[in-house]
Amino acid sequence: MPNCRTVVPFSGTPEQEQKLREVIARYKGTQGPLMPILHEAQDIYGYLPEEVQATISEELDIPLAEIYGVSTFYSRFSLNPKGEVKVSVCLGTACYVKGAADVLAEVEAQLGCKAGSVTSDGKFSIDADRCVGACGLAPIMIVNGDVYGHMTVDRVAGILDSYRGEVE
Amino acid sequence: MSENMINLKIDGVSVEVPAGSTVLQAALAAGVRIPTLCYMKDANELGSCRICVVEIKGGRGLAAACVYPAADGMEVFTNTEKVRASRRQTLELILSNHRMECPTCERNGDCELRRLAADMGIDSIRYEVEDLEPQLDESAPHLVRDNSKCILCRRCVAVCRKNQQVGVISAADRGFATHIESAFGRGLGEVSCVYCGQCVAACPTGALTLKRSIDAVRAAIDDPSKHVVVVPAPAVRVGLGDRFGMPVGESVQGKMVAALRRLGFDKVFDVDWAADVTIMEEGTELVGRIKAGEKMPMFTSCCPGWIKYMEHYHADMLDNLSSCRSPQQMMGGLVKTYYAEREGIAPEDIVVVSIMPCTAKKFEVSREEQRLENGCMPVDYSLTTRELSDMIAGAGIMFGLLPDEAFDPVLGDSTGAAVIFGASGGVMEAALRTAAVVLAGDDADVPLVFEDVRGMEGVKEAEYEVGGVKLRTCTVSGLANAEKVIRAMEAGEAAYDFIEVMACPGGCVNGAGQPMHSPFERMMTDVKGERAAGLYALDDSMPRRRSHENPEVKALYAEYLGEPCGHKAHHILHTEYVPRDTYNV
Ligand code: SF4
Ligand code: SF4
Ligand code: SF4
Ligand code: FES
Repeated sequence: MPNCRTVVPFSGTPEQEQKLREVIARYKGTQGPLMPILHEAQDIYGYLPEEVQATISEELDIPLAEIYGVSTFYSRFSLNPKGEVKVSVCLGTACYVKGAADVLAEVEAQLGCKAGSVTSDGKFSIDADRCVGACGLAPIMIVNGDVYGHMTVDRVAGILDSYRGEVE
Repeated sequence: MSENMINLKIDGVSVEVPAGSTVLQAALAAGVRIPTLCYMKDANELGSCRICVVEIKGGRGLAAACVYPAADGMEVFTNTEKVRASRRQTLELILSNHRMECPTCERNGDCELRRLAADMGIDSIRYEVEDLEPQLDESAPHLVRDNSKCILCRRCVAVCRKNQQVGVISAADRGFATHIESAFGRGLGEVSCVYCGQCVAACPTGALTLKRSIDAVRAAIDDPSKHVVVVPAPAVRVGLGDRFGMPVGESVQGKMVAALRRLGFDKVFDVDWAADVTIMEEGTELVGRIKAGEKMPMFTSCCPGWIKYMEHYHADMLDNLSSCRSPQQMMGGLVKTYYAEREGIAPEDIVVVSIMPCTAKKFEVSREEQRLENGCMPVDYSLTTRELSDMIAGAGIMFGLLPDEAFDPVLGDSTGAAVIFGASGGVMEAALRTAAVVLAGDDADVPLVFEDVRGMEGVKEAEYEVGGVKLRTCTVSGLANAEKVIRAMEAGEAAYDFIEVMACPGGCVNGAGQPMHSPFERMMTDVKGERAAGLYALDDSMPRRRSHENPEVKALYAEYLGEPCGHKAHHILHTEYVPRDTYNV
């Protein structure tokens, strides 16, 4: 799934930055420092924003574009923070053949952002999942851990609305 | 068999090659050209496209010849049915995901993909051909990226990162979504690209092409109210001939001038003239800085790619750059002041068109700091050698049949010191020729040729005693080499007084605006070396070989500018630089 550029402003704290710099210092000079640093940075911030990648780039003397390339190659890394409400749609084979792509498209349309990204207010994020192992319920949508089976396109708006209260 | 040689058989032909050769190199020794796409000697040796596969006796599967090491006793087969079928499948898969619009593609004359399809006799594609829309990035001033024609060979990524140490492009995402872009999807015009265009020169397809200004130039020529002056750079005259079947590196100066007249330009002046002016200014500036002990070491400033690199990556060293404008900008500036006043033509009615081996010059002409006091920009359009070659071909001019003609007087005469500006080391040597005479007081016993600064190596150190002053010089081409030199200086491991830097490996002769040569052609011919040799041959043939001996330049100072680096020269011939961010985060 292509990783979209985030629209949420960076809000890293000084504590996070201090941790990041410690991590960089720990791996700098070792063989292949980039991957372990990206892993830990993803844990510290929950995603890999441009500001964080730029710091890593400067410290390791590796161009930002190259780090960005790595961060978009591995699905473990995300360029977007998770929203307060995490919506995911399973795109495993069983869900897919039962119309999961249409469900995902409707979620994207309702929220105005793409899978792999987050709404500009930071409230909802969308993910496309690989098979979650509940194929009997296909197609599946999961919102903050609540599983909605046998999803149809017209149920999407109502379900999402029921979570809006949680974030107001 | 000598110690470091190995013997193997290519399609039954025995060859002896140095140990460490690849199968591809061994095949060349046997007179067999194995097709390549992603391979670029030294820069991109990934073995990823697999168009170069061969069969090796006893081996499992097919091997990528470009990276597979040749071994003693090996038997290689390059033309079996298995090999042909595999290559064909590879190419058809590439073509099925490539937006084919060959007749209207800028690269239709020299596209490596097209050439390969022809050589391999591809007459149909057995896969479903994707119906692709253009995927354009037009944000940079010098090039257009269209990822719908990108075959993901990554040659552009490799040269930008390894040769130029800029690294503003990379492969992003994975699988089918893989594409080349800058960090966080920014356009190339929004990142710290230096506009050297080396990525364009590396691209086998029409995925990277130059921005062109031919139509605007033709319109200016057709406008009777405009006085259109054309000024070609030194390196153009040893590159242009490639397009018309001349030997690589041969000077076509006389025919080039004739062609420019036939295209309808009102005056044909020579940037070489302005290169001589550059030496007057830069030489004076260098001597002044040495005497004052200020802003040393001094870096040359002829190359706008290098300038932008410094502005992004070493903004703390901008004072060390010479304040001289590039010869292109000096030329335009003097056309719109000195020449305009002399001939009584309003500068706004003059259109200056430069012909450059360079893509960074397309950006330089728009830099606001370059605006003249009379409100004009020095140069209106900067065309590349390739664009000029298209104009000539498009006008039906039979280049090879043209007579040799001379530049127009007043801003057309030049010395041997100027023409070598196009090769790495040329600016350095030209400056040394004049500085030596100025510092010694006369030209008796003063050397003319400075051999150590010549050649295609990326870093050339030399020390000279000129007029009692010891000068430590360093001549650099390729920005990765420049970065290496700067870091050595910062670490206290190297010290110089005068440093020439050209962004393109080998200097402007190898600029990205020159006619294209594939990596294969470059393996067979030392393209940049031949072009540089062409310039040095021209230098040898010139009656005057030191810039300060140029009679038209002497007249310029006597009649108009006064002293080099004087008040008037300061406004027309010097400039300022602006610090720029690296990331724009
Ligand atoms: S123009 Fe030069 S700096 Fe810019 S992307 Fe191409 S190679 Fe890199
Ligand atoms: S843009 Fe050109 S050089 Fe770069 S990866 Fe694509 S085809 Fe290769
Ligand atoms: S080396 Fe020459 S051709 Fe290359 S960017 Fe610099 S001025 Fe342009
Ligand atoms: S794998 Fe050899 S040329 Fe691409």
